[in-house]
Amino acid sequence: MKYMLIMRSNDEAVEAYEEIPFEQIIEQMGRYNESLIEAGVMAAGEGLTDASEGVVVDFSSTPPTVTDGPYGETKELFNGFWILQVSSREEAIEWASRCPLGPGSKLEVRRVTELSDFPQDNEWIQKEAQWIADAERAKADE
Amino acid sequence: MRAADEAEAAVGRRVAAVWRIESARIVAALARDVGDVGLAEDLAQDAVLDALRQWPVDGVPSSPGAWLTAVAKRKAIDGWRRRERLDERYAAMAWDLESRVDDGVPWDPDTIDDDVLRLVFISCHPVLAPEAQVALTLRLIGGLTTEEIARAFLVPHSTIQQRIVRAKKTLRAAHVPFEVPERREYPERLSSVLGVLYLIFNEGYAASAGEDWMRPELSLEALRLARSLAALVPREAEVHGLVALFEFQASRFGARTTDTGDPILLPDQDRTLWDRTLIGRGSAALARQDALGRGRGFYGLQAGIAECHATAVRAEETDWERIALLYEALGRLAPSPIVDLNRAVAVSMAEGPAAALRIVDGLVASGRLAGYHLLPSVRGELLARLDRSDEARAELLEAARLTGNERERAVLLRKADALP
Repeated sequence: MKYMLIMRSNDEAVEAYEEIPFEQIIEQMGRYNESLIEAGVMAAGEGLTDASEGVVVDFSSTPPTVTDGPYGETKELFNGFWILQVSSREEAIEWASRCPLGPGSKLEVRRVTELSDFPQDNEWIQKEAQWIADAERAKADE
Repeated sequence: MRAADEAEAAVGRRVAAVWRIESARIVAALARDVGDVGLAEDLAQDAVLDALRQWPVDGVPSSPGAWLTAVAKRKAIDGWRRRERLDERYAAMAWDLESRVDDGVPWDPDTIDDDVLRLVFISCHPVLAPEAQVALTLRLIGGLTTEEIARAFLVPHSTIQQRIVRAKKTLRAAHVPFEVPERREYPERLSSVLGVLYLIFNEGYAASAGEDWMRPELSLEALRLARSLAALVPREAEVHGLVALFEFQASRFGARTTDTGDPILLPDQDRTLWDRTLIGRGSAALARQDALGRGRGFYGLQAGIAECHATAVRAEETDWERIALLYEALGRLAPSPIVDLNRAVAVSMAEGPAAALRIVDGLVASGRLAGYHLLPSVRGELLARLDRSDEARAELLEAARLTGNERERAVLLRKADALP
């Protein structure tokens, strides 16, 4: 099973990070990532650039509004993620708790859905399978 | 459930998670200090029992793996102390180890990696029979319980227990040293390690026993161990080939069976169900092998074939020409009539049935696959495509007679029946 570790940090964490030499942060995170790779559990992972470079598309109104980052009221920002392939929820939690993060940072541990999570007799799931099959047949006929 | 029981169960799950993550390093560190893999594993198991008793009361230590290692070392020292009156040697061993117990100190990454690698080589040591190598690798490196291994191989629990006890005794009797093999025997020993992982993966991929057509957990464990090994010996090209092969094959797990567990063959699989993350990782592993500049070997070539399938968005887009070439290379490296038969199938897709039939007829003449149902099955298909219906029918009926699988027999008979 796969779990996503979702990293969020608030201002306190961001300020604390500014105190620590960048080299040191890179090294600690590098060691952590290395341990995930060595354990054979790392499926994917990415970090995100600063929220000030991002925008938010808000669906509270129609059409949705587009606002520049860092998103006004938001207290915690999403900064990156890992996807781990592990054998249990506890194993995912154990890995999450080893991440070199400090006060103000959080890791949310969420299981990634698998096909078996969806009802196979659902009309839309079946339809989607049909669409894919039709599209492939059409391409093959070309 | 009472709150206390629930807390205890939660700690039990936590201990299991820690064990899965750290067991190889714990056992490896202990094996270096006590000089015996079997004893190291027993000590580590005892330490786990202590954890199950103490952690619910005292809380989980900040570095659980180091805690378990330190407790296990103390147990070794206590054991030797009890025997020191009989033999002064034990007193010296206890004293020596005592000076090196470091409670709660995190691992030194470089030392511990070397120790884990030694443990890998010992688990796959040639003095052990293949089934003992498999069991010991899953136990010591994978951290699986004997119950889990028994379940994966559908054998009684006691069989696996005995296999592991015997393997430990064999290692002790053969005085197998706790070290990485020397340069002269290194390639052969490494290939034995890769062979053990290949065996584990394949047992899960095409289960040789039981009702399930595959047992993905076992294959995923082999994949995890292969990725670990690649991190330990990144300069060894074929390790990356093995990882790539496993990643590609594992990417199809979600698409290989119907809801009722019937196999779905490659051309009929819903390719949108293939795991794109694993396919990407497979290609990356192959690129790492290629970057080492020593070419692809037995596993890397198979990974190359698997990659051709994995990266074809539709079955019709498969690069059969490339697959045929890779099979040809594989056949030169590790000659096998099965590889030749697979090459014939690829050639039939790339060049047409006539060229493929020449290869298959060569196989028939050699007699090397006599009695193997896929030989007449493939020959029948080729003849059918060449409109030689009567010969095709005879081959398909022969294949139906030879196969041991009921579902496959039905398919072959239907094909024979559908011929003009």
